[in-house]
Amino acid sequence: MIVLEELVARYNYLITIFLMVSGLYIVIAHGNMIKKLVGLALFQTSVYLLYIAPGKIIGGTAPIVDPAYSVYSNPLPHVLILTAIVVGVATLALGLALVVRIHEAYGTIEEDEIFSKDGEI
Amino acid sequence: MKLDVILRVGVKLILPSLLLFALYVHFHGDYGPGGGFQAGVMSAAMVILYGLIFGIKAAKRVVPQGLVERMVPLGVLVYLSAGIPALFEGHHFLDYGVLSHDPVHGHEYGILLVETGVLITVSSTMTAIFYAFAERGRS
Amino acid sequence: METFVNAVLLTLLAFATLGVIWQRSLFGVVILAGIYSFLMASVLIVLDAVDVAMTEASVGAGISTIVLLATLFLTQSRENPRPRNVLLPLFVAASVGAALIWGTFSLPPFGVADAPIHQHTVPYYLHQSINDTGVPNVVTAVLADYRGYDTLGEVTVIFTAGIGVMVLLRGRRRRDKKGGSAAS
Repeated sequence: MIVLEELVARYNYLITIFLMVSGLYIVIAHGNMIKKLVGLALFQTSVYLLYIAPGKIIGGTAPIVDPAYSVYSNPLPHVLILTAIVVGVATLALGLALVVRIHEAYGTIEEDEIFSKDGEI
Repeated sequence: MKLDVILRVGVKLILPSLLLFALYVHFHGDYGPGGGFQAGVMSAAMVILYGLIFGIKAAKRVVPQGLVERMVPLGVLVYLSAGIPALFEGHHFLDYGVLSHDPVHGHEYGILLVETGVLITVSSTMTAIFYAFAERGRS
Repeated sequence: METFVNAVLLTLLAFATLGVIWQRSLFGVVILAGIYSFLMASVLIVLDAVDVAMTEASVGAGISTIVLLATLFLTQSRENPRPRNVLLPLFVAASVGAALIWGTFSLPPFGVADAPIHQHTVPYYLHQSINDTGVPNVVTAVLADYRGYDTLGEVTVIFTAGIGVMVLLRGRRRRDKKGGSAAS
């Protein structure tokens, strides 16, 4: 019962880990390259949640200094994750450009078909 | 596109306010949420929306490809130019206090210059990526 | 009230992810990824991360969707066949998940103000940034001033990715089958 109580109190972290694990599963199990990249984007987004959720203070507000408020949520994870989001979309665009070139070279973007064709080209 | 009258009129109404909102988010990034990244992505979204509705040729007449390609490294240079003057005064690199008569004002100017560099690079990179993907399919 | 809204949004996120796993048509996957980004932006607003929410909504649901749809248009790929064996990836994913859940038991509870994350440098940033820089938004002050060197590295990464995409995709599509990796 104590385990169940702890799990309910940490629902945030549970869902974050579920998103992370399902992103990992998509990257490992599915063979289509576009779906793998979408799974990688899901994985990255769950890591953002993992960083920002511990920074929240219940009863606090956004970290913009104002005389009316005294309790602010932690601004440091926001800074790190802002960088991470934009770097993530840059790598997604580069990965998709590579997928386009792979499709032009092999005619398909399924991983097992590419492996079987790889001896011919 | 056949049934495009609604889309054309609607997009023509939205686009100027999109650019205005992007500039607002950039300049008011000090006093509210926002900053260079969000503003850069919003201005790129304006060009992409224009290109989606009116065609790539029309978008390239408004924002030429040569201009976009030259803006990509220009943002990085603007960022560096906010940090170089401190080296001439004997301070560390990226010390914004020397940019004005007073350290607090110097930091404000430095932050604004740095965010402008980020805006230029992010908006031109996203537009260049869109142009590159769109041009590949037209053979 | 905040925790209830948070819980509902997180449950919707989990359903969107299950949809991405089970969906076969790639167009549906891309649209579900856009929905996921919008839900993530809403969760981030409830967690008081307003800058991050604006960036995630515009970048994740705007630029990501556009670039994925452009790739779908260029590769013309409709569906993907069944994954070949499901048990080994499922076992790996489940064991990683179990290890991570066991790891979260030692994290501090959600939302208290005396967790170690709020102690060391953050009170300095919250109290001194308005005196040092005159900028009320602490996230902008830290991003552009206190940690400006990291932001320089990030701008360089964006620049490199833009150059990389332009080098890979300039020029027309090569229609010939032989000469596989023809330079453009």
